[in-house]
Amino acid sequence: MSIEIQNITKRFPGYTALDNISLKVATGELIALLGPSGCGKTTLLRIIAGLETADVGSIILENRDTTNLPARSKNVGFVFQHYALFRRLNVFDNVAFGLTVKPASERPSKQDIRDRVMHLLKLVQMDWAAKRYPSQLSGGQRQRVALARALAVNPKVLLLDEPFSALDAKVRQELRRWLRKLHDDIHVTSIFVTHDQEEALELADRIVVINKGKIEQEGTPQEVYDHPANSFVYNFLGNVNVFHGRVRNGKVVLGQPLPDERRELNGHEVKTGQAFIRPHDIGISKIRNGNDHPGVIRDIRLTGSQITLELESAGFDTPIEAEISRETWRNLELSKGEEVYITLDKARVFTGDFEI
Amino acid sequence: MQQRQNHTASPSRTPAKNDPLAVQAVLIGLTLLFFAGFIFMPLALVFSQALSKGWQLYIDAIREPVALEAVKLTLLTASIVVPINAVFGVTAAWAISKFSFKGKTLLVSLLDLPFAVSPVIAGLIFVLLLGSRTPFGSWLGDHGIKIIFATPGIVIATLFITFPFVARELIPLMESQGREEEEAAITLGAGGWRLFRMITLPNIGWGLMYGMVLCTARSIGEFGAVSVVSGHIRGMTNTIPLHVEILYSEYNYTASFAVASILVFLALVTIGVKTALEQRLEGSHNTRH
Amino acid sequence: MHPFSKRQRRILPGFGLSMGYTVFYLSAIVLVPLSTIVISTIGIEPERFLAAVSSPRVLASYRLSLSSAFFAAIFDAGAGFLTAWTLTRYRFPGRRFLDAFVDLPFALPTAVAGICFATLYSPATLPGQVLSRFGIELANTPAGIVVALIFIGFPFVVRTVQPVIAELETEIEEAAQSLGASRWQTFRKILFPHLFPALLTGVTLAFARSIGEYGSVIFIAGNLPFKTEIAPLMIMSKLDQFDYDGASAVAFVLLLISFIMLLVLNGVQRWQQKAYR
Repeated sequence: MSIEIQNITKRFPGYTALDNISLKVATGELIALLGPSGCGKTTLLRIIAGLETADVGSIILENRDTTNLPARSKNVGFVFQHYALFRRLNVFDNVAFGLTVKPASERPSKQDIRDRVMHLLKLVQMDWAAKRYPSQLSGGQRQRVALARALAVNPKVLLLDEPFSALDAKVRQELRRWLRKLHDDIHVTSIFVTHDQEEALELADRIVVINKGKIEQEGTPQEVYDHPANSFVYNFLGNVNVFHGRVRNGKVVLGQPLPDERRELNGHEVKTGQAFIRPHDIGISKIRNGNDHPGVIRDIRLTGSQITLELESAGFDTPIEAEISRETWRNLELSKGEEVYITLDKARVFTGDFEI
Repeated sequence: MQQRQNHTASPSRTPAKNDPLAVQAVLIGLTLLFFAGFIFMPLALVFSQALSKGWQLYIDAIREPVALEAVKLTLLTASIVVPINAVFGVTAAWAISKFSFKGKTLLVSLLDLPFAVSPVIAGLIFVLLLGSRTPFGSWLGDHGIKIIFATPGIVIATLFITFPFVARELIPLMESQGREEEEAAITLGAGGWRLFRMITLPNIGWGLMYGMVLCTARSIGEFGAVSVVSGHIRGMTNTIPLHVEILYSEYNYTASFAVASILVFLALVTIGVKTALEQRLEGSHNTRH
Repeated sequence: MHPFSKRQRRILPGFGLSMGYTVFYLSAIVLVPLSTIVISTIGIEPERFLAAVSSPRVLASYRLSLSSAFFAAIFDAGAGFLTAWTLTRYRFPGRRFLDAFVDLPFALPTAVAGICFATLYSPATLPGQVLSRFGIELANTPAGIVVALIFIGFPFVVRTVQPVIAELETEIEEAAQSLGASRWQTFRKILFPHLFPALLTGVTLAFARSIGEYGSVIFIAGNLPFKTEIAPLMIMSKLDQFDYDGASAVAFVLLLISFIMLLVLNGVQRWQQKAYR
């Protein structure tokens, strides 16, 4: 089931939550809406589900305009951030709810409902808890029941609002992988909202980065990570060093402008902007090779499988963070206070209107 | 009952450093003294006065036909008033807690108006509106409908007095529960009535009962407003509290306290049920995070 | 019309129905009846209105209602705070029992409370005799009215202060003590200021309720003109004489006082909410 979001705008008193958003989701895709909190991503999800109305624009599900359809007729599965399980119904009745409220003519027989619910509970590995109440389950278990409940009505699309945000780190990771596998099995077109870049990178087929009600970039995880479209995306995805940088005669120059460059600045030959480089793209060596910057190691930290170096270099007003493998670290025999040469060749500068 | 009855301190938490035992003893002693003087002495007095002339007189006072009529009228009033105000309370709480609209704060304060009004004024307004000297009242009278100084007047005045109880209980409860469950239900295809019956009503069950208990207690015990509209026709428009007053002003103290003891008994039941419900109610509030 | 107003529909069902019924029922039971006081007061000639409201007997009743409600509320501030404190902070046998009985004044019909206090402190019973030996006369005196109102207002203070005491963070106290404050200093400078907004809310509630109180007061008051007649009783006696205009006039002023109290309460509660956010 494909989804087409056309020119959706939504204003709340005082701010614009969504500003002319358009997006197409292909059948069977798993899409992540990624952005900081308050960027409008949840509002977009709720508009697709019919839980909110857009001021302008339309939502097309499989070539059918559903913009003005009430939420109960949209046949969209929605998984809420805090699960929203029915607290007075047990797990079985929660999952069966969508089937039992169907009009008599469409409602499956009791036995069919039973079979379908138990099948779904098995799918989410919760069949053992059919008679339990939501309050007796852990967060991860509740989330799985919520998912089963949403899937019970054979939704055309599945929408998940920050599905893992209320869980602790370990459960979150487990459930993430499990959800990816589940999606590969059942292939229902899904959109999930998250502010966690790792989650989006690991889980989604495609990532849509949203900020302040606008789409900043969309693409596969690799595209948005390796080729961020702008400084916001660069900042938001992954760790990054940010420097003052400028482009001079088509070449990137980093650090504070030198006095003699100031004049050129006025002559518009130099453009200033921000330069970005990921810590693992920084080269460290003990031998000078022309293009690099001398620096001093201020701190060495062990971060799991990697080593993080904090470097100081003349011309840079903020410390530079670099990540190197343990192997490199051992080979170079680095220690605190030592002078090294830093290569920043992979840095990218955004000057507002163009980039290098 | 203006403030939301938000219940008791979690007993598991002990203060950082307990106050010195001597201080505790003095403060607890003072508290007990207050309770003895203001709460328990009056209670004990009711029973000692009621039984001061023996069980026989006590039972006679309660079984007197006029007293039984008063009990009947009181129960009739409560059985009309409580359901009507319960339906209103649920309806108002639904509108207020599940939707956002302009003027909500004003509406909520208007719901509380009957609490701010003296019971005597509550009676007076219905005399002014529906009494036989008013145009509307005399028109009703011409059609053989008597409201003031009759049972309907008592019912209407009690409706006014107990108006806010259920709504006041339900609004904070339903606001804390949010609308996610209802939203989940509609994305699953549920219509309005089913959604209310299967999801909302079970969720607010304890709160609704709590509000109804308070409403019942007040409708049984209301004195000032009912006193104004009843006209004191013995055996016709007397509720239990009015009957107590009449006996008392006739210097028939024993009978007065005997009938009052019924009300005390009901008050004790109310307190018991209320305490039991409060514990369950805590679980109904949303405890996420 | 807003071009997109068609889209502004409510997601959950039943708004129109529930809102419509709420407004209708509120108007029918509360707003329309209450407006009769205003309407019938407007109908009275100004001179007669003033005469009714400013007669010495009526003025005395207003004064008595306000002052006795005030003193009762002040007493309740102390008793209610004490009770809330001991019930929440200390563990002793019978604590839960006492806690349940805080609500007795809510649950007990006011007329029953009235005859209880009237009998308890009459010269005919022991407590009354003991008190009068100490020179304290409660029957047929303003002091007796205050006693009845203390009973009525008590739960308001306890139930408002109690949750705030329960939510006091132990760390605040520990921090104060680790900085060298004594227990009394901690209470006076840290805890009490924190609890004060709630206490004020509770006391205002008790005061507002006491102004209009009728059933629990009239028995012990004795209702002596100029001495122990409360304002609601003046309305009652004017009604008994079928002086509807006089009753409306007196009620109008009392209602005005209640609304002012409601506004004050609103302000206090807003302040309280701000204090605890």
